[in-house]
Amino acid sequence: MAGARYVADPEECVETVALDGLSVLFHRPSGMTHIVAPPAPQILEALRLGPAEAGEILARMRAWYDLEGDDAADAVEARLDELEAAGLVSRL
Amino acid sequence: MKHSLSLQIGPVAFRIGSAWPKPLAALADLYAGYPEPDGICDFTVRLEPETAWRRWFRPSVAIHGDYVLPDAAPMSLAHGLLAAEMGMNLQMALGQKRYLLLHAASVEKDGRALILTGESGAGKSTLAAMLGERGWRLMGDEFALLDLEDGRLRAFPRAVSLKNGAIKVMERTVPADRFGPLLEGTPKGAIRHLRPRADALAAMAEPARPALILFPRFGEAAEARAVGQAEVFMRLTQASTNYVSLGGAGFDALTGLVAACPAAAIDYPDAATAIATVDALWEQVG
Repeated sequence: MAGARYVADPEECVETVALDGLSVLFHRPSGMTHIVAPPAPQILEALRLGPAEAGEILARMRAWYDLEGDDAADAVEARLDELEAAGLVSRL
Repeated sequence: MKHSLSLQIGPVAFRIGSAWPKPLAALADLYAGYPEPDGICDFTVRLEPETAWRRWFRPSVAIHGDYVLPDAAPMSLAHGLLAAEMGMNLQMALGQKRYLLLHAASVEKDGRALILTGESGAGKSTLAAMLGERGWRLMGDEFALLDLEDGRLRAFPRAVSLKNGAIKVMERTVPADRFGPLLEGTPKGAIRHLRPRADALAAMAEPARPALILFPRFGEAAEARAVGQAEVFMRLTQASTNYVSLGGAGFDALTGLVAACPAAAIDYPDAATAIATVDALWEQVG
């Protein structure tokens, strides 16, 4: 959904441990554990700077990482949908 | 309750009460040599008639305690010993808050623990029992208790529940006085309990640092392959009965365990192959 602004819980609400290239997240408000692959942890990291649209999130990520390929925007949108379904991000 | 028995098993004290003397007599025989609790018991297990009159007429044992599963099926009185064992499992699985409970067997050598976990029938009890007769200390065949404070494993050396083919295998090498009665026709087939060695009981209060996690699978061609940390984490959350209820403390304990321990899945066609594979992998982490 173009133009939607997303927000993530503050850093202290989510404990993250990297295991073999994947990340396991413990979401304190829900008590749920999630296992996520890149770029999901990086999206959450980008959202820690504040609410943003998908395009802004991608721009923040590009400042930190070398993102390969032209489909990065699609990947970010798809992961945002999944993170929203998992309760790790929400729309403003 | 009319009859009762208290048992200390590792860090957990149980009081088992029963409407009938026979299951407790069998339990007292099987658990001969276990220490008595020196304080208040952590969990109570009650074996009671399903209804009052069924104490005498076709008696059937219902398992009760501090924590109850509404659909725990009553059992025949002939399987009263099994009911007591299941009752202890149930109380631990539902009520334990101090430890992350993994449905796993564990053995110890030189202060370091090997954790064996897998689905029912994977052979972890048998493998742990065999290792327990070959220079390892048996810490438990049913639950591995991961201390939330220090990440060490606590022993929970209940009697090993041997099933079907494993019974004969162990009867060949272990003295008869360490076995309970043969229970035929249980929901899991034939079951016979095996008391761990006296030295394992004497050391039940000694924790061990987890050093290796194995996922054994019986009945396949011999193979060992490394398992990635994220997969180990996922499998162990599934193998834990109280991971979700422990919240952040469970997450910290489990991620700590996974990050510190190498893990492998091992397939084995027979016990000798399994023992050789375990020895080889243990040497690698040494």
